[in-house]
Amino acid sequence: MEEQRNVRSEKRGEMKKAVKKTAKKRSKEEEEEQIQIFNFNKTPAEEEEDDDLSDSEDSVYSGLEDSGSDSEDKEDKEEDGADDDDDDDDDEEEEEGPSQQTEKTTKAGGVSEGEKKEDEYERDSSDEEDIRNTVGNIPMEWYKDFPHIGYDLDGKKIYKPIRNKDELDEFLDKMENPDYWRTVHDKQTGSDIVLSEDQVELVNRLQRGQFGDVNFNEYQPTVEFFSSDVMIHPVTNRPADKRSFIPSLTEKEKVSRMVHAIKMGWIKPRRVEDDSRGRYYDLWASEDSSILARHRMHLPAPKIPLPGHHESYNPPPEYLFTDEEKAVWEQQDPTDRKLAFVPRKYSSLRQVPAFPRFIHERFERCLDLYLCPRQRKMRVNVDPEDLIPKLPKPKDLQPFPTTQSLVYRGHSGLVRSISVSTSGQWLASGSDDGSVRFWEVCSSRCMKTVQVGGAVKSVAWNPNPSVCLLAVALDSVVLILSPSLGDKQVTVLSERLLSGQQEEAPAEGMGPVVWSEAEEEELNQGIRLKIQHPKAVHQVAWHAKGDYLASVMPDNTSHLQVCIHQLSRRRSQNPFSRNKGLVQCVSFHPIRPYFFVATQRSVRIYNLVKQEMTKKLQANSKWISSMAVHPGGDHVICGSYDCKLSWFDLDLSTKPYKILRHHKKAVRGVAYHRVYPLFASASDDGSVIVCHGTVYNDLLQNPLIVPVKVLRGHEMTHDLGVLDVTFHPSQPWVFSSGADATIRLFT
Amino acid sequence: MGGLQKKKFESGSATNYITRNRARKKLQLSLPDFRRLCILKGIYPHEPRHKKKVNKGSTAPRTFYLLKDIRFLLHEPVVAKFREYKIFVRKLKKAYGKTEWSAVERLRENKPTYKLDHIIKERYPTFIDALRDIDDALCMCFLFSTFARTGKCHVQTIQLCRRLTVEWMNYVIVSRSLRKVFLSIKGIYYQAEVMGQLITWLVPYQFSHDHPVDVDYRVMATFTELYTTLLGFVNFRLYSSLNLVYPPKLDSNAESELKEENEDDYAMNSESYLEKLSALSASLARVVSSAEEEEAQLDQFPVEGEDMEKMEAREKELKQQEAHKKIFEGLKFYLNREVPRESLAFIIRCFGGEVSWDKSVSIGSTYDVTDETITHHIVDRPSIDKQYINRDYIQPQWVFDCVNAKMLLPVEDYFLGVTLPPHLSPFVEEKDGDYMPPEKLKIMALQRGEKPGNEEEEEEEEEEEEEEEEEEQEEEEDDNGDEEEVAEEKNLKKMEEQRSQGKSLQVKVTPGKLKVENKTRLEQEEKAEEKRLAIMMMKKKEKYLYDKIMFGKKRKIREANKLAAKRKAHDDAEKAKKKKARK
Repeated sequence: MEEQRNVRSEKRGEMKKAVKKTAKKRSKEEEEEQIQIFNFNKTPAEEEEDDDLSDSEDSVYSGLEDSGSDSEDKEDKEEDGADDDDDDDDDEEEEEGPSQQTEKTTKAGGVSEGEKKEDEYERDSSDEEDIRNTVGNIPMEWYKDFPHIGYDLDGKKIYKPIRNKDELDEFLDKMENPDYWRTVHDKQTGSDIVLSEDQVELVNRLQRGQFGDVNFNEYQPTVEFFSSDVMIHPVTNRPADKRSFIPSLTEKEKVSRMVHAIKMGWIKPRRVEDDSRGRYYDLWASEDSSILARHRMHLPAPKIPLPGHHESYNPPPEYLFTDEEKAVWEQQDPTDRKLAFVPRKYSSLRQVPAFPRFIHERFERCLDLYLCPRQRKMRVNVDPEDLIPKLPKPKDLQPFPTTQSLVYRGHSGLVRSISVSTSGQWLASGSDDGSVRFWEVCSSRCMKTVQVGGAVKSVAWNPNPSVCLLAVALDSVVLILSPSLGDKQVTVLSERLLSGQQEEAPAEGMGPVVWSEAEEEELNQGIRLKIQHPKAVHQVAWHAKGDYLASVMPDNTSHLQVCIHQLSRRRSQNPFSRNKGLVQCVSFHPIRPYFFVATQRSVRIYNLVKQEMTKKLQANSKWISSMAVHPGGDHVICGSYDCKLSWFDLDLSTKPYKILRHHKKAVRGVAYHRVYPLFASASDDGSVIVCHGTVYNDLLQNPLIVPVKVLRGHEMTHDLGVLDVTFHPSQPWVFSSGADATIRLFT
Repeated sequence: MGGLQKKKFESGSATNYITRNRARKKLQLSLPDFRRLCILKGIYPHEPRHKKKVNKGSTAPRTFYLLKDIRFLLHEPVVAKFREYKIFVRKLKKAYGKTEWSAVERLRENKPTYKLDHIIKERYPTFIDALRDIDDALCMCFLFSTFARTGKCHVQTIQLCRRLTVEWMNYVIVSRSLRKVFLSIKGIYYQAEVMGQLITWLVPYQFSHDHPVDVDYRVMATFTELYTTLLGFVNFRLYSSLNLVYPPKLDSNAESELKEENEDDYAMNSESYLEKLSALSASLARVVSSAEEEEAQLDQFPVEGEDMEKMEAREKELKQQEAHKKIFEGLKFYLNREVPRESLAFIIRCFGGEVSWDKSVSIGSTYDVTDETITHHIVDRPSIDKQYINRDYIQPQWVFDCVNAKMLLPVEDYFLGVTLPPHLSPFVEEKDGDYMPPEKLKIMALQRGEKPGNEEEEEEEEEEEEEEEEEEQEEEEDDNGDEEEVAEEKNLKKMEEQRSQGKSLQVKVTPGKLKVENKTRLEQEEKAEEKRLAIMMMKKKEKYLYDKIMFGKKRKIREANKLAAKRKAHDDAEKAKKKKARK
């Protein structure tokens, strides 16, 4: 059966080939054993006509061919195919014989017989299907424009049959030629072939899906060889192999290897199913504490916080988010949110949906359990009241100023500086409006106004009680004023002091500083002396005796920053030859010959007698604004622009004994009371803070510092509050001057 | 000058810690295995006090473990099993690759397994330790038991979790140890007191989960592995402490009852047994069949003074607890099909009630809707067609609120279609100064035995007034409105009079009287100033602490005020609405 199918497919593929094949085969056979094979072929063909094709026949064939040629199956098939071809073309072969066949091929090829016969041996390859085709299996369009197709062995062109038919000829041919319908064009040779009757019949049969062989019976009975029945005879006669009798060596080896492995314990018997895995028992039957000590560092994981009212499915209405709260919640980063969810209200239990982040939350808990470092946090459980230091009550530390009692109005610009006369009767103030005013302390009456013609930076009353003089610093001038207030004797004394200087004045002077007398008009106003400085003067400070006067010209570039003037001799000198930083303010020691110079960050103390620096106090602040020396002389307070007030105990250390951060803004002025243990600080936040600072004579006891009162009254103008503060020399009263152009007295 | 120079990072904290990677290398484990080991053994990272010292001068972020912990892990038998498993996987892969199916089969048979018993024992040396840490285990098991069997984790795990949670719930029912329940938006919180330990767990609502993609289920599965083992042992111990059979079996007579009813509906006995257990409706079998519970009587000791008071207080508390355990005793509940059956059945059974449901809802129902002795019918729909006259139709929140209030609340607020009162968290314990919602005050008043009719709190009064007004209003609408207005006007007039009187008085007031007022105020002011000044003198550190504490206090007060204000605004709005509706 298979053979036929094979053949059929071949035929179906190219019907024309079949024809040629037969021809080819034929020729081959002729070549090899011409008569013999012919005869052989003949006999089965004849037999076929009687019987159907049977396997016995096949076996006969195979047997024959086995003996004849090599017994490859494929070739068998080919051979059989060839045989079948023979059958197909039986008619022709029988009638016309091999010679006819060759003739036919020659006709088709259009090449002369003789030529062909010569070539036969050379073209002896089974692959070639068409002897005429010398170009191989190539697209024929390549030869479309040439008159030939390929070359023969001699290298001569094989010409295409001349085709000069045009469309009309074609048509006429179609109309007239009775064989037109059976004419086929062979592309490979370029020739037209007229199919014979048999070939047409074959084509028709194939198109109908029938076997090419007319005589083939496709419904012959099958013989089952390999059935369930045991036959008495073997299907094949092959004797059994020897190896089927002999015990296998390899198997023996395998078995022995396994036996060895079992002996050695390499192969274990199949494990018994261990069912103890899911079985529970009393694990804690014997609780021994020996394991307890194992892990002392182990901290149990904190439990999940319990839910509050927020989480209820039906919370009280106040726990629900308002729109703003919800917006805020949505904008927040998930880690910043106080609640991880939005509280919702459902009117009944059946409406509650699944919580979408349930698995997430559980997973996060898992992560916390195994990824988070655990730490014991010691919670500070202190009563905040306990933290407040126990201080003596302010009541017990009286007297100190408590209320605002007087306001001195009159200035039109900010009042930079104030000073109280030694007697405590007069108050002098210098303002940015270019005037110096003298007030009577008790009545707040302005006794005298002196127009000095420039913003007054600093005023200082001469501490000598026997004279009545005021030093005023403005621009680059220091004026000495004699206000001629109060006792006539005092006025006379001070006048005398000034006039006494006059004689010696021009004799000794310092280069850059010029002393000069006041002019007519100014004399009327009370101005007595003018001390012209090379630079702007910021501060003036008197020595306790009242003869020396220090002036500050802050300038980082020159050595001349501080000048000390002697009033009685009209002499000035520059005490420092070296610039040690921007000088902020200076002060004389009240008793001993020391001189305090505050630079930006530190306070230097110079011994004026020995002409050397004795101490340098580190203020621990950015920028010192003001300084005051305790009347005892052992303590200094410094106010700074970074809101700090530092108290230095000179005997204790060069570091501040205490830093007070009472003010919210820069500290502008500080002052000690001359008699009472009080000091005050004024700040830009508009407040004056009065502190009690007792200094003990016993060196071992540290000063007691207690804030006793916060005084408010000044209004904030241009971000400035209180600019200067000073105490009354004998009463526990404090004066403050502010940016709101007022001076206030607190008693 | 003697001695070698001491090298850095060779002693002290640098040697006490080990980075995660180095620990992993020391244990020769892959990162997932290391992670599993840490989870199973309860090892967590430590934050060294001086990170830079430990990190050998570098400030790169690293995870540190205590070296002792890692050394302790070295001797863990599970580590060897991990390695075995790794090899097993490798062999299996190879066999698959070579398509050697017999080898695959053989390997699979010899798959290495490990047990966690010793780890549980090690981590929780005493039973109380285990109980203390069982919260997470319960939460996780309850979550896993609700998973669908879709391959997020092994089906066996899900089944095991379900089994263990059912066992736990049965134990809680038998021991009557449930204390608090809370319906939150996340799920249902339960709190039980087992052997003196408060155990809280959260059960999600019965919905299928929307599995997130950014969750590592392997980590969760490892935790579950540990937790199932823990919970299993804990359950065993708890059951044996109550003389119950473990694994739990239904009481023989209860079983027979159930069998008779539902023999046909459920095909496989083995399958339906867990279902029957999880129905929570039948009692469990005991090892010793004496079913009577011995009530723990407090022995009387001769005591005196303060101890006596304490004893009395304790006794009182115990009595209360006993009463709390029995609040549903004698009540018969019937669950409509839309209410969450399991949680309600669990709660009602925990407090001694009887409960049943429709036969088609679940196995294990004990009586029918038509039962005349049913006292409460729990419904969660606006209305119900067929109502029996001798039972209360209530919404499920009633059960939860009753449990939390430790008493039977009036059912009127929970009838069908009624707007439910807010459900409050029983876990919040307000200290003085905290905000307390008015509903809580009401419940507390009820607990104290005051009837809501007693005028105690203003808000209640107001509400009552409102109610009364409403009643009146139903009778005669217009008059009432007028009356109200008249009353308001009267009030206003009175106020005005008082004011005017006050003014006239003020004119006459002598300065002496004013001074008296001022004195107290002055004193206060003085004190305040004193305090302010003292605060100024505080040290920086203390000041910081003080400020922090005060800030916290202020924030608390602010929040409480905010809540109160919100509530007031809400109530006002409600009132206004009501008034509008009236008009």
